[in-house]
Amino acid sequence: MTERVPSGGIPRTPGLPHPPPPQPELQEQATAERSATRPIALALTVSMAASIGLGVVYALGGQVQLEGLLLFFALGGIAVGFIVWGQKLLPQGPYVQDRHALTSGVADQEETSETFEEGAESLERRRLLVRLLTGAFVALGAALVFPVRSLGSAPGSSLFRTAWRRGSRVIDENDRPVRPEDLDVGGVLTVFPAGNNGSADSQTLLIKLGAGEYRPKPGREDWAVGDVVAFSKVCPHAGCPVGLYEPDTHRLFCPCHQSVFNVLDACQPRSGPATRPLAQLPLTVDRDGYLVARSDYTEPIGPGFWDRDR
Amino acid sequence: MIRRTVTFFDERLHVSRFVRSSLDKVFPDHYAFLLGEIALYCFVVLVGTGIFLTFFFNASSTEVVYHGDYHPLVGATMSDAFRSTLDLSFSVRAGLVMRQVHHWAALVFIAAIVAHLCRVFFSGAFRKPRELNWMVGVTMLILAIFNGFSGYSLPDDLLSGTGLRIAFSIAQSIPLVGTWIAFLVFGGEFPSHRITGRLFVTHTLIVPALLVALISVHLAMVWRQKHTQFPGDGHREDTVEGPKLWPTYAMKSLGLFFATAAVLCLLGGLFQINPVWLYGPYHAAQVSSPAQPAWYMGWLEGALRLMPPWEIRAFGFEIPNPFFPAVLLAGVTFLGLYIWPFLEAWATGDRSVHHLLDRPRDHPFRSALGAGTLSFYAVLFFAASNDLVAKWLKVRVTIITALFRIAVFAVPAVVGFVTHRLLRALARSGAPRFSEMPRQALRKGFRPARPVDG
Repeated sequence: MTERVPSGGIPRTPGLPHPPPPQPELQEQATAERSATRPIALALTVSMAASIGLGVVYALGGQVQLEGLLLFFALGGIAVGFIVWGQKLLPQGPYVQDRHALTSGVADQEETSETFEEGAESLERRRLLVRLLTGAFVALGAALVFPVRSLGSAPGSSLFRTAWRRGSRVIDENDRPVRPEDLDVGGVLTVFPAGNNGSADSQTLLIKLGAGEYRPKPGREDWAVGDVVAFSKVCPHAGCPVGLYEPDTHRLFCPCHQSVFNVLDACQPRSGPATRPLAQLPLTVDRDGYLVARSDYTEPIGPGFWDRDR
Repeated sequence: MIRRTVTFFDERLHVSRFVRSSLDKVFPDHYAFLLGEIALYCFVVLVGTGIFLTFFFNASSTEVVYHGDYHPLVGATMSDAFRSTLDLSFSVRAGLVMRQVHHWAALVFIAAIVAHLCRVFFSGAFRKPRELNWMVGVTMLILAIFNGFSGYSLPDDLLSGTGLRIAFSIAQSIPLVGTWIAFLVFGGEFPSHRITGRLFVTHTLIVPALLVALISVHLAMVWRQKHTQFPGDGHREDTVEGPKLWPTYAMKSLGLFFATAAVLCLLGGLFQINPVWLYGPYHAAQVSSPAQPAWYMGWLEGALRLMPPWEIRAFGFEIPNPFFPAVLLAGVTFLGLYIWPFLEAWATGDRSVHHLLDRPRDHPFRSALGAGTLSFYAVLFFAASNDLVAKWLKVRVTIITALFRIAVFAVPAVVGFVTHRLLRALARSGAPRFSEMPRQALRKGFRPARPVDG
């Protein structure tokens, strides 16, 4: 059944027909309607029961799986009711409506443009004022940048430095100072400078290599204490903690993007997206035999930024 | 009663005629047109459950010691954000189901948007006069992804904290302004105590407000332009066919809302999602392994993993590696989406108005390009699990990564080519669907084009 409705949509949809003389088609329709009513009634009843059930579950202390299941039936019952009602008991059409042309036509467009232009012309006649207005807006825009500046501190040198200083004592996560002999061969420990436990950019891995395995880069001969070396734990790719150490192969793995670093080769990246080695922290021991830093890292740790090599 | 209400409003606002024509408005009915509605209804569920969550969540990075109902973490130090998430999950009655429904709704929301985008793309619904609405839709996709990310970052758990750390590194990788952007957004060097509060305001106020505004514009434009429909069944460019808004379409659409909400509640009740108590609170020196982001971030994570260790360094300046897979790829992706309707109109020279949709075969090249592009992102998505794939297959992860690096280019090429030839064969055969296409027509599709086919 297709009914043509003018684009104004004025004629109302006729209600469901109710003619008095019984016709076979209408009887069929009535039967179909009755058979559609039953599932709707059932679904709505299920919904009601589930909502009552929700109340009971809540009163008894709540239980997440039951709550989810009962919500499913409470909402789903109404859903089935609505959808079957909409599909079986309501006029489906299809009804046909005209689409309006979306354009108003060339004449209207012309007139609109002209109206704009006329207005703009009368504004533009005041040349000086227009220029001053532009200037005022530019100045205001610049002034509004200042609150944006308040959002955060300047990067300054903070990406170039960590909390490590000359003589910073090496502490573990429980604030205990560390001696070189506290680590077994193949052992690894996350450490921080004393007073900065948990510091994101100062987190450092202490690794004890086997005897004679440390092959320092030129200039780093005295950066290890015995066979204990220290490298930044911050991945130079995207900044994740390089958390996994495989003592047999002397490799460090970053669990985020699978960069692999060779500890015996000054932590050069072996595979994955990392482009730089992990920075090495120069170590020594103080008079009491505890590990201390010789200085801060000698290069920026962690992920790259545009003026890192400045 | 109805009569009195109508009279009341009409005497004040002159609305009768508009309301009547609206009630009579005809909506084309096709199951593929429901995807956008599902996204809309997910948003409604997100707002509802989200409001509930805000009453308990405390967006604060103040360190506290946990003494709540989840015993394994009693005595642990954590941010107040994480503590309140635990309380919300374990101590607030019906809190966990609300939290999980919210999370599931976000996952389905973005999935529905992407599916809707695919429907619009492959059926050519973005063509004139609907380019503007396509752009509004792309903007909402970006906002939805952003809000998904900001939402799962709020609990300040170990997994999402690592995600924020990566986000900081990506922001930092932008040339010239990257460090400033990262520091201004986060309120200082990572991890800043300001970020949780900022994410909270963005997640619960700014982005939802933008989405409400854009959804209104999106629907108003559909209303104004009337919905597209598929060709066939005597459908014409200048008419629209279907049931009327009142009462049939309204009834069905409300039914779809309740169905969407019902399924989301089932997921939220029965399927555990984002169990932050298993990840633990965020500490900068710890990391969970394996670390997998939410599905809609998978393509970016995969791209970060596949990118070879290249970066540009010159004159003391550098463009860090994450810039290419994260900033550049995301930029190109969304820019490409934004300009596609205009790009296609320019390439085909087709600048006429279309209200009847294409079937994918009507435009084999567009469909092939779309399928190839989708497969590109699908490969990236799976590459985000390269460590898990390596574990299952008991192969070294470097081998898996190398294979993915090939696949990310090979798969789209093959998918695009095969799609193009299959659709061309189908179009030439004139069969209504693939299953009714004769076999020799399939072979013909793969042969070079005859001159007459142009």
